[in-house]
Amino acid sequence: MTTDATLKSDSVGESRERLYFAFRNPKVVIGLAIVLGLLLVGLIAPLLLSAEPTQQFDAKSASPSGEHWFGTTYFGNDVFTQFAYGIRSSFMVGALGGGIAFVIGLTVGFTAGYRGGLVDEFLNMLTNVVLVLPALVVLIVLSTYLENRGPVSQAIIIGVFSWPWVARAVRAQTFTLRNRDYVDLAKLSGKRAPQIIVREVMPNMASYLLMSVILLFGGAILFAAMLDFIGLGPTDSISLGSMMQQSMAWSALHLGLWWWFVPPGLAITAIVGGLYITNVGLDEVFNPKLREM
Amino acid sequence: MLELENVWKSYRVGSLGSKRLTAVRDVSFTIAPGEVLSVVGESGSGKTTVGKMVLQLISVTRGTIRLDGRDITAAGKRGLREYYRKVQGVFQDPFSSYNPIFKADRVLEMVRQTYFPRVGRSEWQAKVEESLQSVGLDPGAVLGKYPHQLSGGQLQRMLIARALLLDIEVLVADEIISMLDASTRIDVLNLLGELKERGLAVLFVTHDLSLANYISERVIIMRHGAVVETGATAKVFGDPRHPYSRNLLASVPQLHTKWADNQFHAEELEPDGDRDRPPAPLTKVDENHWAAAAG
Ligand SMILES: Nc1ncnc2c1ncn2[C@@H]1O[C@H](COP(=O)(O)OP(=O)(O)OP(=O)(O)O)[C@@H](O)[C@H]1O
Ligand SMILES: [Mg+2]
Repeated sequence: MTTDATLKSDSVGESRERLYFAFRNPKVVIGLAIVLGLLLVGLIAPLLLSAEPTQQFDAKSASPSGEHWFGTTYFGNDVFTQFAYGIRSSFMVGALGGGIAFVIGLTVGFTAGYRGGLVDEFLNMLTNVVLVLPALVVLIVLSTYLENRGPVSQAIIIGVFSWPWVARAVRAQTFTLRNRDYVDLAKLSGKRAPQIIVREVMPNMASYLLMSVILLFGGAILFAAMLDFIGLGPTDSISLGSMMQQSMAWSALHLGLWWWFVPPGLAITAIVGGLYITNVGLDEVFNPKLREM
Repeated sequence: MLELENVWKSYRVGSLGSKRLTAVRDVSFTIAPGEVLSVVGESGSGKTTVGKMVLQLISVTRGTIRLDGRDITAAGKRGLREYYRKVQGVFQDPFSSYNPIFKADRVLEMVRQTYFPRVGRSEWQAKVEESLQSVGLDPGAVLGKYPHQLSGGQLQRMLIARALLLDIEVLVADEIISMLDASTRIDVLNLLGELKERGLAVLFVTHDLSLANYISERVIIMRHGAVVETGATAKVFGDPRHPYSRNLLASVPQLHTKWADNQFHAEELEPDGDRDRPPAPLTKVDENHWAAAAG
């Protein structure tokens, strides 16, 4: 019995230990470095640049030079300026869209898993409906209806459609955790359901939640880029996806203006790739615990 | 005084609650202050369900539970808080009763947050130490530790200490010693004995007939969710009337007999039937002794 105890419960003081292991995991470090590096570009560069992304210079279709680091577009826009603003917008859409999806997914998952019964049946049905909805089709229809599309409305639409898998996983884990005796003990201590969910259930799935945030963030960025690329991006601002869309629309490939579409393409790949690498690394760090649950 | 009157519990199972599983059928009993009532019976007979209903962790499908004459199922959220001042529980698995990522004494702290929010630090500390000492724990040895750094017996006693921080009248103890080794067992058992002397009513759920015999003056034997026999421990164990009780008693291995000496032949028992039918009524077979008719 005592050996049983030590086997079962090396989960303590572990969060600090895990943090240590996380920062020693090369995948986590590399992935985070890529993502944070690009985030810095998106945050700082727009402040330092004098040009506006829509400003047109005399030099049109110019190749990269000291003056225009990433060259200029067919219309004479500075590609680096657009690139920096585009990164900023991508992170914004990712954070907002991923955040909205996370909040909805958590709320639905915890409510369904904790309450059970008919509430669960209903929420489960809702989750499945949203899950099988052809999200892309709905997004296209919605996007064409919105006259003035900004990154915020795009993020909201993305968030509202990408929560179901988080809700499902959170529900499943809550189902097993809510039957632990310590949940009953918290009830016997006069604690209410929201307190119990936040204080007893959530900390036990913290690693899982962290990983979902990362995946939702990356997924939202990718989704936004795809919408932009098919011409449903923001009407009034620049994004990485809309840069690619513009470059394709004006035959940048044929004209040999590779500097127009390569930087945004690489940035999207790097952000999403970096996030996935981080996640794989975190998975390695957390996995014993995930298996345990 | 805790009273259960014709209590039923049906779980909804299947999709959209389409099926029902009746786990407790028409159970009635009372526990007076200073009394230990044991509930024994096979696995799945509904013992834990009865305990959880008393603790209001699950709802009662039919029937009433009263504490000192007041119906507890009618109390709202507020009333429930007050109810837990008087009625507390300790569960079977000490390791699952503690959230593994927090220190063990957080279970005591939660009681302070809800019930003693205005008590000062030092006053609370003194109260905690007194309560730990009363269950035979050294405060210095158990405070500030994580659950895995403590033994099952220590954890289980800390849960009892937690219950004693409140002015409880009733303790629901669901197989609290089945996961402890023999010597720790007897310590916890003796602690329950002391608490009983101090006027606590204990609902003692157990698999172990000899434990029930040791600690309680009255016993309930359950099968298929219903009570098949009840009464004074000496009467029920000395002269079991229901065939199921006789089987249960005969199946306890005796210290001085060997398997080869006399093999035990179980009596034929009625199979599990329609659980929504009322169970066979209890009839008085002796002073302080009731048994259901075996059909
Ligand atoms: N949440 C639940 N949902 C559906 N059925 C349940 C639930 N909890 C218990 N049951 C069923 O109720 C019956 C009684 O269970 P209970 O846990 O009360 O038995 P028990 O006498 O405590 O058994 P054990 O001695 O194994 O602890 C069992 O058939 C069980 O499957
Ligand atoms: Mg049980």
